[in-house]
Amino acid sequence: MTTEPARPEPRTGQAATRAEVCVVACAEAWRGDGEVMASPFGSIPALGARLARLTFEPDLVLTDGEAALMANTPPLAAKRDELVLEAWMPYRRVFDVLWSGRRHIMMMASQVDRYGNQNLSAIGDWARPKAQLIGVRGAPGNSVNHATSYWVPSHSRRSFVEHVDMVCGVGYDRAAEAGSSATRFHDVRFVVSNLGAFDFDTPDRRMRLRSIHPEVELGEVVDATGFELAVPADVPITRLPTPDELELIRHTLDPAGARDHELPA
Amino acid sequence: MTDKRATVDDMVGELRNGMTIGFGGWGSRRKPMAVVRAIVRAGITDLTVVSYGGPDVGVLCAAGLVRKVVFGFVTLDSIALDPNFRRARQEGTIEAMEVDEGMFYLGLLAATHRVPFMPTRAGLGSDVLRVNPGLRTVTSPYPPTDPVHAGTARPETARAQPEPEPETLVAMPALQLDAAFVHVNRADTHGNAQVLGPDPFFDELFLGAATRRFVTTEKVVDPGRLLDEGPIQTVTVSRLFTDAVAEVPGGAHFTSCPPDYERDETFQKQYVAASADREAWADFAARYVQVEEADYRAAVREGASAGRP
Repeated sequence: MTTEPARPEPRTGQAATRAEVCVVACAEAWRGDGEVMASPFGSIPALGARLARLTFEPDLVLTDGEAALMANTPPLAAKRDELVLEAWMPYRRVFDVLWSGRRHIMMMASQVDRYGNQNLSAIGDWARPKAQLIGVRGAPGNSVNHATSYWVPSHSRRSFVEHVDMVCGVGYDRAAEAGSSATRFHDVRFVVSNLGAFDFDTPDRRMRLRSIHPEVELGEVVDATGFELAVPADVPITRLPTPDELELIRHTLDPAGARDHELPA
Repeated sequence: MTDKRATVDDMVGELRNGMTIGFGGWGSRRKPMAVVRAIVRAGITDLTVVSYGGPDVGVLCAAGLVRKVVFGFVTLDSIALDPNFRRARQEGTIEAMEVDEGMFYLGLLAATHRVPFMPTRAGLGSDVLRVNPGLRTVTSPYPPTDPVHAGTARPETARAQPEPEPETLVAMPALQLDAAFVHVNRADTHGNAQVLGPDPFFDELFLGAATRRFVTTEKVVDPGRLLDEGPIQTVTVSRLFTDAVAEVPGGAHFTSCPPDYERDETFQKQYVAASADREAWADFAARYVQVEEADYRAAVREGASAGRP
């Protein structure tokens, strides 16, 4: 006999949590993308992509996490029979989408640096790592073929580093060094962390604080970052979810509270 | 027509120490685990393992049979990392060739097509080129062309691009395999193979890239009967790419093999827990790895009915 997992009390009317602010910040990464495949990694980016499709980016294409694309936008914890599938997308075909550029991925980064180089392969010396992680996966190819953003749920000097130990996703400096075939479709867009949102809209493509999440102090972001961030004179506050967005997050997309597991209050 | 039925032990009997062996499937999905166990029993060692890595890599590393792993990742899906592979890397007991998972695909494709390499943008600018100093680039012999579409490029980014020079791309070398193993839902006695689950992964290319091509399957059917099981598009491997077929029900356990069975998450947790220290692993391996297939199945059944810890 199985028991239903305990569900948190509905929080409608209560202020948005940090996790909910991050869902919206992730959703914003796909704004303006139109009909591209959104590939989110992690619960909060996955909620962000679904929220974007339910609100301002209705043409986004979402995968079911297996081998198909979903026509509907079900809750994160939906069972297989709640999914409405619209097309076949096995792993081998993902490369047709990826290399044709019709995709905007949001990967996780164990390390990210000031030019947007990302590491999810290994910590320490690659030849004999201190910590072996999952591997480069598709990050090298993603980052030089289509829009690429990153989600870092734990912003610290261990994750925002001067130099990543293994360049998996390619940042602006490394793409430029590698030449025009690397820069031609290179497009690292945003980094979203638990403290703020970041982009590379600076003359030398260094990471810039794009917005700071509500109730986060600027000093906290600067202290938790292992390199010198570009900080505009007037840093906006990351926008709060609208009441409609909160309703969608809390009651439609994530009633089970996966966002709180990824980013506890 | 040739009847290609064989046993897993027949297949593994063709392997030699030092071979390069590819395994189909992906992560902890549809992995030819009965073959992996048979390799451990046979003690074939000094292997180069080529895999979209899952517990196939972990088990062979834990058994000390691996010289080198060619991979883009190693994962158990519902559990992010395989502890046996991690330990082997962190203790420096294996060599590694780590490439982007798209480069990996092109390496298998190049071997299948008998060309020395395939060009790709993937890898440019990344440390994949630093940690694999043997990888080379190749410059296009053709003048640059505009792509047929802009992908996700923002107009301001596209405008900022200079007139492209002839493209210089990574030349991903062919990943030639001495032997490949895949596990499928159904196959016929002639070696046509059928995947009834949602994703055929790269199994066809593992077989295409290999000198000796081995298929294990949940069930062998008579020739011409695969269409009783599923539509023609599910028969993704033709007998042109198969040397031998073995019927091994549960041959992917504990990885998933839908629609026949899902991943045995309880067992996978036990695998991970046992990987934490050498003593626990020795007990686990004695019961679940270095055993004949029938004994393995009995041990799994017994463990399940006893409510595995």
